[in-house]
Amino acid sequence: MDAELVDYVQAARAAFADLSPTPGMRKPDPVLVASGIRRHFGGIVAVDVDHLEVQRHSITALIGPNGAGKTTLFNLLTGFDEPDSGTWAFDGRNLERVVGYKTAKLGMVRTFQLTKSLTKLSVIENMKLGATGQIGERWWNGLLPFRWRAQESAIEKRADQLLSRFKLDQMRDEYAGTLSGGQRKLLEMARALMTEPKLVMLDEPMAGVNPALKQSLNEHIKRLRDEGMTVLFVEHDMDVVHDISDWVVVMAEGRIIAEGTPDQISSDQAVIDAYLGTQQGKSLMEDI
Amino acid sequence: MNWELILQLTLQAFFGLDAVVFIIAALGLNVQFGYAGLLNFGQAAFMAAGAYGLGMSTYYWGVSWWWGIAFGAAYAATLAVVVGVPTLRLRADYLAIVTIALAELVRLVVRSVTHKDKFGGSDGLKGFARGFHALNPIDGTGNRYGIGPLQAHGTMRIALFVLWISISLGIAYAIARSRWRKSRPQRVRWGTAVIGICLFGVLLKLFQYFDYLGFELWVLIIGWIIVAICAIFVWALMRSPWGRVLKSIREDEDAVRSLGKNVFGYKMSALVVGALIGTFAGMISALRNSNVQPDNYSRSLTFFVLTALVLGGVAKVSGSIIGPMIYWALLAFTDSFLIQLGDKSGRVTVGGVTLLNNSSAIGQFRLMMVGFGLILLMVLRPQGIFGNRAEMALDGR
Repeated sequence: MDAELVDYVQAARAAFADLSPTPGMRKPDPVLVASGIRRHFGGIVAVDVDHLEVQRHSITALIGPNGAGKTTLFNLLTGFDEPDSGTWAFDGRNLERVVGYKTAKLGMVRTFQLTKSLTKLSVIENMKLGATGQIGERWWNGLLPFRWRAQESAIEKRADQLLSRFKLDQMRDEYAGTLSGGQRKLLEMARALMTEPKLVMLDEPMAGVNPALKQSLNEHIKRLRDEGMTVLFVEHDMDVVHDISDWVVVMAEGRIIAEGTPDQISSDQAVIDAYLGTQQGKSLMEDI
Repeated sequence: MNWELILQLTLQAFFGLDAVVFIIAALGLNVQFGYAGLLNFGQAAFMAAGAYGLGMSTYYWGVSWWWGIAFGAAYAATLAVVVGVPTLRLRADYLAIVTIALAELVRLVVRSVTHKDKFGGSDGLKGFARGFHALNPIDGTGNRYGIGPLQAHGTMRIALFVLWISISLGIAYAIARSRWRKSRPQRVRWGTAVIGICLFGVLLKLFQYFDYLGFELWVLIIGWIIVAICAIFVWALMRSPWGRVLKSIREDEDAVRSLGKNVFGYKMSALVVGALIGTFAGMISALRNSNVQPDNYSRSLTFFVLTALVLGGVAKVSGSIIGPMIYWALLAFTDSFLIQLGDKSGRVTVGGVTLLNNSSAIGQFRLMMVGFGLILLMVLRPQGIFGNRAEMALDGR
C-alpha cells in the first residue's frame, strides 16, 4: 500500500520533470482545470486567469504579493463567489454555477484565511460536523436516533483517529473556542479532511503559526499528498513553499505570471519583479 | 395582606395557560433564534396564522377543527417559506426587519375594516371552538376543579396520592444522586427518604392552591401535553446531527457551507419548524379564548416571548419552558401583591407617598418590575437561568 502511495508522488513529480514551465501550461493529469476566469469588483479586475491546471497527487502552491487575487480565485473556484466569466471543472465535472456547498460534496474542500472554528461546539462536534452524507442531518431522520446512531459512531471513530493524528485528542471534549490559534488551524484542517476530499484547498494555513507548529503543519500537508489527495495552498512564506510544494503558481494583479518547480520559480525574473518591483536593487539617487 | 391569595395566584400563573402559550411559542422561537441564530421578530405572525387558519377554515368551510389545525399549520409553514426565500440568503438582520414587518402586516390585514367580512375586523372570529369544547370530559359549567389529591374523591384520590409520592421520591432521588452530594450510600438513602417526605408535604400543600374552571383545566391539560410533545421534539432534534448543523450555522455560515452543507436549506427548515411550533401556541390561545382577535398578536407579543426565552436561557429546552413560567408567575405576583398593597380604588401608598394612582397603573408598573428584573438578570446571569455560561463566554473569532 505504502509503495503504491509513494508511486503516486513520484509519478506526479516525474510528470513535472519533462515539462517546460510557462504560465497557464497544460499538465498531463489535471484534477482541476480553469480557463478564462475573470472577476472584477467595480473598476478593479481582481482575477483574470487565462488558464490554470492543477496536477493530481501534487502539492501546488499559489503565491503572490498581497492583493494578487489568490483568495478571490479560491472563492471563485469553490463556488463562494461567482466569476463574471469563465469555465472550470473539477475531476472532469463542470463547476459553473455550482454553489459552494456542492463543491465540497464533490470532494473539493477549502479552509479559510481567518480560521473558522465553531467556538461554541466541542472539538469533536466540530469534527463530526465535517462528515458528509449524514443521515441524521435531515430533520425527520434526526428524530429517529436508530437511523443515525450507527453512522454517528463510525463518524466519531474516524474523527478520533484524525484528532490523534493532529494531536488534538486531549482537547477532544473542550470547546473549540478554548483552543490556541495554531490548534484552531489544525482543527480546521482536520475537519476539512472529515469530508474525505480529493482536493484540499488551504488558504494560508501557516498564517500566524509559530515555527515549531509550522514544521508539523508541513508534515501534515505532505501526508495529505502521500495519501493520494491533491493539495492547492496559498502561502507567503517562501521557505515553506520551497520545502513542501511540487509546483508553484505565481499570481500578481489577478494574473498568473509564472509557473514552475520551486527552484525554477525562485530564479524567475518576473516573480522577483512582481514581489520586489522592477526598480529593486537600484539606488534612489540614480535617477537624479 | 392576603399572602395565601398571592401565593395561589402566583402558582396558578406559574402553571397557567398564558405560560403554556408562551412556552410553546418560545420553543419555536428557540429553534430559530436560540439554535439556528435566526432573528425572527415575527413569531406573533406565525401564531396568528395558526389561530386564524384554525378559526377561518372551521368557521367558513365548516370542516372539523381537526382539519382546522392542519390548515393553520399549512398557512404558517407557507408564510415561513414565503418570508424565508428572499431573506435567508441575506445577513441575519434582514430577516429581523422582514419578520417584524410581516407580523404587523398580518395583524393589520386581519383587523382592517375592508376585510371585516372575511376576518371579522378588530372583533375577530368566534364560534369555531365548539368541537373542541364538546370533547371536554371535565365539564364547562363553571365549577372549579382542583388537581391536588385533597380535592379528589374515591380511587382518584388514592391514585393522585400515589402519584405525588412517586413524584416527590423521584425528585428526592434525583437530588440525592446529583453530583454535588457525595455522601455515603447509607446516608443517601436516609436523606432521600427525608427529602422525599418533605417534598411530598410541600407539594400536597402547594397543590391545594390549584383549582381551575373545568373548561380551563381541559385546555390546560391539552396545552401541557402539547408542551411535552414539542419539548421532546425540539430536544430530540437538537441532539441529532441536524441540531449540530443548526448550532454551527449560528456561529459561522461559511464554515458550514465549506463542509458541504446546504446552509439555506437548513435555515429554511429551522424557520419552518419554529413557525410550526409557534402555530400551536396560537391555536391553544384561540381555543382557550374561543375566539381570535388581531390585537392579541401584536408586536409586543413576540418581544414578551423573547423576553421570557432569554430569562430562561436561550439554546436550552429547559430554558424555554421555565422562562415563560417564571415570567408569568412574576407578573402575577407583582400584580396581586400591588393590589393587596393598595386600597379599594387601587391607590398604592407607601409611607405617605402615593406610588400608583389607580389599578390600571399596576399593570404598567409590574412590567417595569419585570424589566428591572431582566436588567438584573443580564448583569448577574447573562446566560439566563438555564443557559450555558461557558458557551456564552466564548465569543470566538
